[in-house]
Amino acid sequence: MQIFLPIADIPVNVFLVLAMGLAVGFISGMFGIGGGFLMTPLLIFIGVQPAVAVASVTTHVAASSFSGAIAYWRRNAIDVTLALTLLAGGIVGSAGGVALFTWLRAQDQLDLVIGLSYVTLLSIVGVLLVGESARAIIRARHGKPAELRRPGSHIWFHGLPLKLRFKRSKVYVSAIPVLVIGFIIGFIGAIMGIGGGFLLVPMLIYLVRVPTATVIGTSLVLTFLTMVAATVLHAATNHLVDAVLALILMVGGVIGAQFGAHAGQRIRGEWLRLLLGLLVLAVGLRFAVQLVLKPEDLYSIRAIGGSR
Amino acid sequence: MSYARVAALALAALLANGGSATAERLIASLTNHHVMITSNYTGVELVLFGSVERDAASAGRHAPYDIVATITGPREPLRTRRKQRVLGIWVNTAARTFVDPPSYLAVLTSHPLDAITSAENERRLQLGIANTPLPELINNDIGEVGNDPFRAALVRLMRERGLYSEQPNAVTFLTPTLFRAAISLPAQVPIGSYTVDVKLFADGNLIAHTDSAFEIVKVGFEQFVVNAAREHGLLYGLATALMALFTGWIASVAFRRD
Repeated sequence: MQIFLPIADIPVNVFLVLAMGLAVGFISGMFGIGGGFLMTPLLIFIGVQPAVAVASVTTHVAASSFSGAIAYWRRNAIDVTLALTLLAGGIVGSAGGVALFTWLRAQDQLDLVIGLSYVTLLSIVGVLLVGESARAIIRARHGKPAELRRPGSHIWFHGLPLKLRFKRSKVYVSAIPVLVIGFIIGFIGAIMGIGGGFLLVPMLIYLVRVPTATVIGTSLVLTFLTMVAATVLHAATNHLVDAVLALILMVGGVIGAQFGAHAGQRIRGEWLRLLLGLLVLAVGLRFAVQLVLKPEDLYSIRAIGGSR
Repeated sequence: MSYARVAALALAALLANGGSATAERLIASLTNHHVMITSNYTGVELVLFGSVERDAASAGRHAPYDIVATITGPREPLRTRRKQRVLGIWVNTAARTFVDPPSYLAVLTSHPLDAITSAENERRLQLGIANTPLPELINNDIGEVGNDPFRAALVRLMRERGLYSEQPNAVTFLTPTLFRAAISLPAQVPIGSYTVDVKLFADGNLIAHTDSAFEIVKVGFEQFVVNAAREHGLLYGLATALMALFTGWIASVAFRRD
């Protein structure tokens, strides 16, 4: 069944988009991530303009992370103070990201920057994940106990001024690094159409020493709040959010996520991280190949002016 | 060459003096003047049909008629960009702005253009894609650039998308004076007003012309969404965000396990 997308201005097969939503939702539920970094490239692949894909995926991620956040809220696994502090940085970051997005589009360099950001970010995160999980798997093979990563040690920036007590997470650190992390996530998210959960979780664990009990729930709250902000900003400045596309994606996404979460619980944590790392690397590699290989056509066209 | 030119000029003068003086009259129409884009829109086909009306003066003409129909979509500025390898990766390094190229251009003819009229006439009457002016913006000046690779790329890319086309033999004569042509509009054609310019040739000369028009509009829900997104971006964004939150909430209720 074909449906005409009003903003993307192309007809797509509803079942294809729904299936993409389900598949990405399954993966996001399994690994506890938003899945934007998979969805945006898939949409570009089926012919949606990169700018519309990025803007519409922010809406999709808002829905899937909101349903996740509610589940964690019921388990009281969310640090509201931490989430709101991150958000303060995140909103400024989102606004900056949307502004840069608009400017890059005018300079004909948006697609390049989206591509470059994907390559850089995904290769770094992919390599880190694969390395860390491989070490954990090898340790487990040798029968050594898993390394406990919750040292009370301080990093220098914890001591900066504006100290805040995050009660639920039992940490007492300066608000400055937390705001900076929020800013980075919001900024990157707006440009790349990703929630940034796969970046935020490790940053909170390793840099702010947030315990694993609250980190995912808190990260989901920040993700849905920044994605809601990014949706509104993209809609208000670039008019690129396709509500019909986003709706089909989110319906598939939230259903897929339920099955994914179920599947994820049956796999050991380190294997799950290894799989995620390989997936992230594969997507990064795909973008790298695209940037390095000589394109089939050196020319491209883009409509300017408001009507499209 | 000069004979054709003189004849054409004479004819143009006659046309300017009023259609009644010409020997043939051309009548053309479309099956549909309003194409509605609804949510199940996947492109559409229109039929252009028409007839050549002869009077006593032209009744004896034996030469077969030829039709050149040019369908032009709404005009919109366009940028053509060229990639170049910079530090190992491919980057857009050069770009040209085309001021108002048609977003859709189809030239339907009853024979290949070159068989219908002279190259001179094609140029003068701007027949075919190659003779359609596509002015560029050059340092705040607007002009045509001859032999421009950016222009060639624009035409090639638009052809690949099915937006520009030259279709020889697309116009068929059902009787010596009655013709029809199918205009197929792919799904990605932009909305707006389209003009259909129909020219009648005989012996290589333009002897009559007429025009028609149609409009592609989004209706109903599609129209509503596009208007909302363009005119009320902020409200549209808030509504979309609310929709996302609602979907997420529904999902968390529907799949609640505790």
